[in-house]
Amino acid sequence: MDLEYGPEYQSFTKEVQSFCKKYKGLSFTDRSNNPLGSSGGSGGPKMSRSEWQKILIENGYFARSVPKEYGGYGGKADILKSRIIAAEFSKSQTPVAMGGQGIDMLVPTLLEMGTEEQKQAYIEPTLHGEMVWCQGYSEPNAGSDLASLQTKGELVGDKWVINGQKIWTSTAQYSQMCFCLVRTEPDAPKHAGISYLLIPMDTPGIEIRPLVDMTLKAGFNEVFFTDVKIPASNIVGKRGEGWAVANATLGHERGSLAPPDATMNRVNMLMQLMKEETLDGKPLIEHPIYRDRLMQVQGKVLAQQSHALRLLSANLNPGTDVKIGKMIQKLTGTELRHELEGLAIDVMGEIGTLYEDSPHLKNEGTWQFIYMYFLGLIIGGGTSQIQKNIIAERGLGLPKEPKVEGA
Amino acid sequence: MYFGLSEEQSFFQDNIRKYLAEHATIDNIKHIASGDKKNLSTGIHQGLLNLGVNGLLIPEEFGGLGLDLLFAAVISEALGGGIGPTPFIGPYVMAPTAIKHAGNKTQQENFLSKIAINEYRFGVGFNEFIGKRNDAGITCSYKGLNGRAMFVLDTNDATHLLLADEKGQIFVVDTKSENIEIVKLTTVDKTRQYSEVICKNLEGELLENSADSVEPINQAIDAGRIMLAADSLGASQIMIDKAVDYAKERKQFGRAIGSFQAVKHMCAEMTADLEPCYAMVWHAAHCHDYSPDEARLMACHAKAHISEISKSIAKKATEVHGGMGFTDLLGLHYWFKRIGLNRQILGSPELVREEAYKSQL
Repeated sequence: MDLEYGPEYQSFTKEVQSFCKKYKGLSFTDRSNNPLGSSGGSGGPKMSRSEWQKILIENGYFARSVPKEYGGYGGKADILKSRIIAAEFSKSQTPVAMGGQGIDMLVPTLLEMGTEEQKQAYIEPTLHGEMVWCQGYSEPNAGSDLASLQTKGELVGDKWVINGQKIWTSTAQYSQMCFCLVRTEPDAPKHAGISYLLIPMDTPGIEIRPLVDMTLKAGFNEVFFTDVKIPASNIVGKRGEGWAVANATLGHERGSLAPPDATMNRVNMLMQLMKEETLDGKPLIEHPIYRDRLMQVQGKVLAQQSHALRLLSANLNPGTDVKIGKMIQKLTGTELRHELEGLAIDVMGEIGTLYEDSPHLKNEGTWQFIYMYFLGLIIGGGTSQIQKNIIAERGLGLPKEPKVEGA
Repeated sequence: MYFGLSEEQSFFQDNIRKYLAEHATIDNIKHIASGDKKNLSTGIHQGLLNLGVNGLLIPEEFGGLGLDLLFAAVISEALGGGIGPTPFIGPYVMAPTAIKHAGNKTQQENFLSKIAINEYRFGVGFNEFIGKRNDAGITCSYKGLNGRAMFVLDTNDATHLLLADEKGQIFVVDTKSENIEIVKLTTVDKTRQYSEVICKNLEGELLENSADSVEPINQAIDAGRIMLAADSLGASQIMIDKAVDYAKERKQFGRAIGSFQAVKHMCAEMTADLEPCYAMVWHAAHCHDYSPDEARLMACHAKAHISEISKSIAKKATEVHGGMGFTDLLGLHYWFKRIGLNRQILGSPELVREEAYKSQL
């Protein structure tokens, strides 16, 4: 066990700290597409999100290992440096880089499997936040059983012609592009008949209908495709390889949905709130039952933080077996965050139910919003029940359900 | 940066595991639990001494191995998994830790070197400092020690005990004294021994540095709690392994019961709950030696959190086994009971979480 990072990293930490100091109080001139995105601070420099993104890349605090020719920083991948950046930004409340499905999922996919032309065309504008992507995976009849998707793609001349419907498509209304799973080989077995296509959202035949979720804030959409024609070259991987291409990025999404450090920040925020809010004249934290519940959650988050260190170490020291350790992240991370946000509502009682712009709202109503939002994350990206199947079958080697005829 | 066990730690752990797999078989455990073959547990204890467990935490200058608490934690995990039916946490973890922090130089040398050569074997009675039940409690006056200490750990063949009063002063007492009465308690876990100790004007040697500071006793309690967490971790992992194996073999309705989601999801939940506990125990043990600011918080939370997780695993793993899980025949209950005991000893989860909170003030 050695939790020291070493002298090289100590000086890197100082460098990041002085960067954060320079941009203290940074605020943005435009809104975020991400409902959990930071609105920035006050009293510091003002700029657009895209300008901030470029500054972060220039300094190597974002897209660090993406080659320069594709608009990245062009440095070596360094997990510890990434962690230091995340930790220092979080401590100093410096806004982090824009994320989103294009940046988090498409860029790694293209870097691994895209053609040279695709890398040239898409990675830089995506990293800069100028090209927003949405993910066209789920369909009304293909949720947990994603591979049963039916949106059709037919190659006619040098064009794919796409017909069908996608659902739960976040940020479709802001997106220039969609990375989309489409059935192109109707006669192949279900997993082998899918291709990964890149669809410009301004192509004629695309209709976006907003699908309001329970938070009344975050926007999903339904996206309808009617004879949508895109160039034949807008495919990542070969025909019928889409399932493998998509799986490479789904793993990426699952790990990053609920990092324990972010959950611990919320635990600390809740503890502060419980010292300020009172019930019968006594701070909430002085009520033993509430305090014990907070401590229970704090213990769980500490366990996940230690676990994250173990996974980090496994990344740095190849050969460590943490297969199951990675599989549990989506399940445990999202469930715990939901539990914590729900605890905050419980300790506030009636006040916890206040929402939107109500008087007496605490912490901008984030507890109630994130409580509901995380229910969405528990379901999305592979439900908790699907995660348990994965852990049991791929992790523990328990037998699969017998196949049902025709499914 | 490396977060995990060293090769030496894994090697040490493997040796303990192999030893217990060979000697602490379910059949032997049954004999030990029913009390009909006392020499079996004495023999296993001797085997562990031969592997060096008594010298683990004793500094080299006093003839020990001078290892850190993480070594002890991985051994405790192996003992939990292998139902080690012997003293460990009291004599070889809490006592050395207490003496290191509370003893003056002479006391350290005297006691630690004797633990290292197995001349002294300590039971530990700090329970009333953590939480005094009913009329229990030890007081110290010019007459000596008086009162009752409950759930004194590892009294089997103990030559001496460490007893604490309510202020956290630690005394060394001799079990052969006439003024001490040691009454064995029968808990559900018959693989380890707990006793009630009654003192009447008992002579005790105060460990000097515990006279005006609770730091030494807290150090020992933290170390003990991390050991209990590690023990439950090891026991829980075996319960999961057994449940998963059973779910693969046992067939009902023409299929392995592990193919039913009701069963496989229980297995997945147990696994998802327990997996982070490894890192938590290792981290807590590491902080105990190298990161004093976080040490208390981590020790309390490791004990409380793993107590909760283990309780739930003990229940689910038994349920996966169906009726067989409930039988004495299978012996699954030895782990169930071990987990049950670990949960209450040195502070039940609610008490320990309260201490976790106070450590942050």
